[in-house]
Amino acid sequence: MRSLRAGRLTYVVLALFTAGSLFPLLWTAIAASRTSTRLAQTPPPFWFGGNLGHNLQVAWTDANMGTALLNTVIVAGTVAAGTVFFSTLAGFAFAKLRFRGSRPLLALVIGTMLIPPQLSVVPLYMLIAKLSWTDRLQAVILPTLVGAFGVFFMRQYLAHALPMELVEAARTDGASSLRVLWHVVFPAARPAMAVLGMLTFVMAWNDFFWPIVALTQNGSPTVQVALTGLGRGYIPDQSVIMAGALLGTLPLLLVFLVFGRQIVGGIMQGAVKG
Amino acid sequence: MTDETVVLSPSAVGPERPAAEGGGRSGRGGRAQVWRSRRYRWDLRFSPYAFVAPFFLFFAAFGLFPLLYTGWAALHQVELTDPDSMTWVGLRNFTRLWDDEFFWNALRNTVTIGLLSTVPQLAIALGLAHLLNYRLRGSAFFRVAVLTPYATSVAAATLVFVLLFGRDYGMVNWALSAVGFEAVDWQNGTFASQFAVSTIVIWRWTGYNALIYLAAMQAVPGELYESAALDGASRFQQFLHVTVPSLRPTIFFTCVVSTIGATQLFGEPLLFNGGAAATGGSDHQFQTLGLYLYEQGWVNLHLGRASAIAWAMFLILLLIAGAARLLRGRKDSR
Repeated sequence: MRSLRAGRLTYVVLALFTAGSLFPLLWTAIAASRTSTRLAQTPPPFWFGGNLGHNLQVAWTDANMGTALLNTVIVAGTVAAGTVFFSTLAGFAFAKLRFRGSRPLLALVIGTMLIPPQLSVVPLYMLIAKLSWTDRLQAVILPTLVGAFGVFFMRQYLAHALPMELVEAARTDGASSLRVLWHVVFPAARPAMAVLGMLTFVMAWNDFFWPIVALTQNGSPTVQVALTGLGRGYIPDQSVIMAGALLGTLPLLLVFLVFGRQIVGGIMQGAVKG
Repeated sequence: MTDETVVLSPSAVGPERPAAEGGGRSGRGGRAQVWRSRRYRWDLRFSPYAFVAPFFLFFAAFGLFPLLYTGWAALHQVELTDPDSMTWVGLRNFTRLWDDEFFWNALRNTVTIGLLSTVPQLAIALGLAHLLNYRLRGSAFFRVAVLTPYATSVAAATLVFVLLFGRDYGMVNWALSAVGFEAVDWQNGTFASQFAVSTIVIWRWTGYNALIYLAAMQAVPGELYESAALDGASRFQQFLHVTVPSLRPTIFFTCVVSTIGATQLFGEPLLFNGGAAATGGSDHQFQTLGLYLYEQGWVNLHLGRASAIAWAMFLILLLIAGAARLLRGRKDSR
């Protein structure tokens, strides 16, 4: 591994990148704290105003942001928990258990990653319409509850992180598969489960295409769908729209503030092993 | 847990031993042990399938079935208002697409926006990863900071950029005029709007790709750099002749992923329109295939035609994949 010390120029350029990455978010907050009349003036505001509370309140009530946030927490939480659980089961089986057909089955799992989501959106819609699930949260939860990426991620991790001797020792002690899973696999997989959970949570929170097809704004939308309603001009107030965008982004920013390093590590780990 | 004896004293009740000693004992205890060992063998044989089953069950229901059914629906006239009644029309949905100027327009836009967003994004990510690979003070901070846009949703990001790219009061035009350029109509110009939409994609995904490159860079053996330095290669030459070739598989991987992402572009062009309609601008100037599919299916209510667009998108992806494979095969054989 190379460890050249960074020059001053490197810091300058990186600082510019950081500014570019963070500025739109900062400006969302600035715009959300102003009035729409102030936003329709030049030069644009560069610092916070005093209207944040009012804008947040309008966005909260008019776009039903409270319900939308709650729905999104339910959706993203369930999807993350389900993905982590099912992926750990399948990842363990593919990494450590010998069974007939495991290789072609794993190839099939990876192959499913190549299928674009658009290809199934029409029948999926017809399916949930038939089940009368339109506007219901299970319409967005169930189709995304498992994913090939998660299975592959857990398989790669467990192949390295779980010593076969541990599994075999538990076996000779007479442990059933469920017991092995509970007392050996889950503890060994915990770091990867946490990372996969966060990555999945972020993805499910930000998912857009399927939720906007399956959930209308009047039913029980997720934050992303509710935001679209704001953007469509039901409330043509730019500062309120920005307040809504802030509400939809803030929870994930907090997650990033706390777990940012782990998420970075997880993405880099997935990249090397994948 | 299910087996209480095992929970109480796991080592005392071995899996094979009870079966072997079972003959010496009599009555219910023996039978229970035979039963236990049989259950143990079943457990060994079938639990792997039980563990992978959820994935395949969900995939069959929400992945495979819809995938095949889309092909079937594409051969029918189906309206969103009554999805149950399907009229067979053969290939008409496809022939109509062929003569549909909006389809070709959307395809063209998808390609240009895809190039405008993917090429700069990956190039910037590569340079950024190179900088992050130096020994840095506060490297964790920089890594998290450049990844932060990844945490922002398409909806939130696009709404901010709509304001930043506003024609009259947007910050981009304000900055342009401050340094003496003319204001640009980012909504209505064809190239300008496609550039603006691409900016959103670049902003959200550059940091993510940079981290993937960084991970690959850290796996490059240090000796390669040392010998290059001995040969008198400058840092930039090292980057060009050591880093980039070592990263070729990773670069290929990110190109594939970004291309797939670009063909599916949907949220950015939908919301960049001020969300008024799914037309991708007053003149369809930034309508992508994904957006056109949505317009046909959920605005014009023609689900059959939407399915045909989905299959067309899939075929285009296959063509790209085939071309990439050919390209790669030629490079490897050289």
